[in-house]
Amino acid sequence: MPVKRIVAHNQFIKTFYFAHRLKAKPGQFVWLWLPQVAEKPFSVGWQTESEFGLTICQVGPATQKMFQLKVGDKVGIKGPYGTHYDVRQAKNIALVGGGYGSAPLSFLAETELNKNPLLNIDFIIGAQAKNLIFIRPQDFNQKIIYHFTTNDGSQGEAGLATDALERLLKKGNINYLATCGPELMQHKVVELAVKYNVSCQISLERYMKCSHGICGQCVVDPLGIRMCTEGPVLDKELALQISEFGLYHRGPAGERIDF
Amino acid sequence: MLHMSINLTTTLAGLKLSNPTILASGILGVSQASLNKMIENGAGAVTVKSISLEARKGHQTPIITTYEEGMLNAVGYSNPGAKAAAEEFCQLARLKAPVIASIIGQSPDDFKKVWQMLAGSGFAAIEVPLSCPHTPGYGTMAGQHTPAMSARITKELKRASNLPIIIKVSPNHPNMVEVAQAAESAGAAAICAVNSAGPGMQIDLETASPVLGFKIGGVTGPAIRPIAVRCVYDLYQAIKIPIIGTGGITTGHDAIEMLMAGATALGIGTAVYYHGPTVFKKITDEMSEWLASHGYQSVKEVIGLVHQN
Repeated sequence: MPVKRIVAHNQFIKTFYFAHRLKAKPGQFVWLWLPQVAEKPFSVGWQTESEFGLTICQVGPATQKMFQLKVGDKVGIKGPYGTHYDVRQAKNIALVGGGYGSAPLSFLAETELNKNPLLNIDFIIGAQAKNLIFIRPQDFNQKIIYHFTTNDGSQGEAGLATDALERLLKKGNINYLATCGPELMQHKVVELAVKYNVSCQISLERYMKCSHGICGQCVVDPLGIRMCTEGPVLDKELALQISEFGLYHRGPAGERIDF
Repeated sequence: MLHMSINLTTTLAGLKLSNPTILASGILGVSQASLNKMIENGAGAVTVKSISLEARKGHQTPIITTYEEGMLNAVGYSNPGAKAAAEEFCQLARLKAPVIASIIGQSPDDFKKVWQMLAGSGFAAIEVPLSCPHTPGYGTMAGQHTPAMSARITKELKRASNLPIIIKVSPNHPNMVEVAQAAESAGAAAICAVNSAGPGMQIDLETASPVLGFKIGGVTGPAIRPIAVRCVYDLYQAIKIPIIGTGGITTGHDAIEMLMAGATALGIGTAVYYHGPTVFKKITDEMSEWLASHGYQSVKEVIGLVHQN
């Protein structure tokens, strides 16, 4: 399908919009095929009744080619796939997004507030510096309370997203946590969820290759489950059974790579 | 339940299998955890994703695409190399079913070197695909699918290991039977038939581009099942060593058909896409049901049955 519009958030992050009613749930992903180049999985970062958006960070040769896409260029889209976030009956939820991991959480926040306007959402967004933060509060539901953290203090407070989360958890009213972003940050979020006994879901990014659930590249130790199918969104209880969570992942050849 | 009394156990080249299904090479076989999951789901044995001497990233994505009755793949033998694989598959004894090593090489010497690195891992057999149709340097693209290469690689591996050697053949070449006979004469313990067909191509109309990153890929799934059945039929008449019938088996009926053609065990690959890892139990349950409803007590009774008629 053709690219409908493109928003460049900064040098490294762009959102590509498509005029298609995708019906994805927050946390799910699609495969984007760039003919002659590659097919890669991307989380859905935005969705309405008539369009959806993929927020893409330039990380390698394939995304570099994707950044050259222009409005009207045709790409293949398959999906949605995978598990999704589910806030269940929670009334007060906290979201912790690191870098481009903030995009699917912004989709979650909008979706849940549309369903339940009484929901309280604290959205913690962490980044290395101000120029890497692409979420603008004015673009979203005004009920969302934002907490920005940057390593250098160039936006919001200086420090880690997980420090801001712990302060929030100490108040004691949060009853659901969702996180997406760098794995070590997500691991820390799970530790805090355990410490404060809060329901929590993460999104475990693994190298996905075949788009059909059979290549085994995204299978995690020791459970043998596929992150493209039984993931990527996992309850913290399941995440804690994954011995490689926060320690290592597998690359394109199936080789182990430590975090 | 009636069909619970059916005996599904079989013996393949000395390996005792709880049932005839074997996870085919290339499907979910990257890690020991994956293999264990397939065994938990009822696989009688499992085959690892093929291992080469050095690490390979494989072909560019898309590496898999599907069509009405099948699948095309051009994975390109991605694997972490023999040394890393030996570390990955270091506790195979913990698994509750035999694990078959699949090894690949560019030269006859490579196969032996790969095996020497894996020798201490606890594999139960060695499978050698001489028949991949879509990876330069390997299989049919490297001219490995010949009786001479089949005999040479079998002999080299026989010298390096006491384990059963399984040669995996191609349905795409008229010399399939000769390749299998050469392996048998050289001491191979079994033949796996067949590897993917083709290669084939799928084109996206909107962009006029081949879909697969490598443009061409091996064809698998239900569409090639009749070809696989015919290959197993031909092999059964030409060789005495057992055959792993592989190609499009998705149901219990498909499995029985392959056994009747002459297979002793059954490779299951593309069906994992259609039904997920639980496909092993689905196929064995359906086999038991069919066998029970037709008065058989053991799966072995139907092996090669078509040749009696």
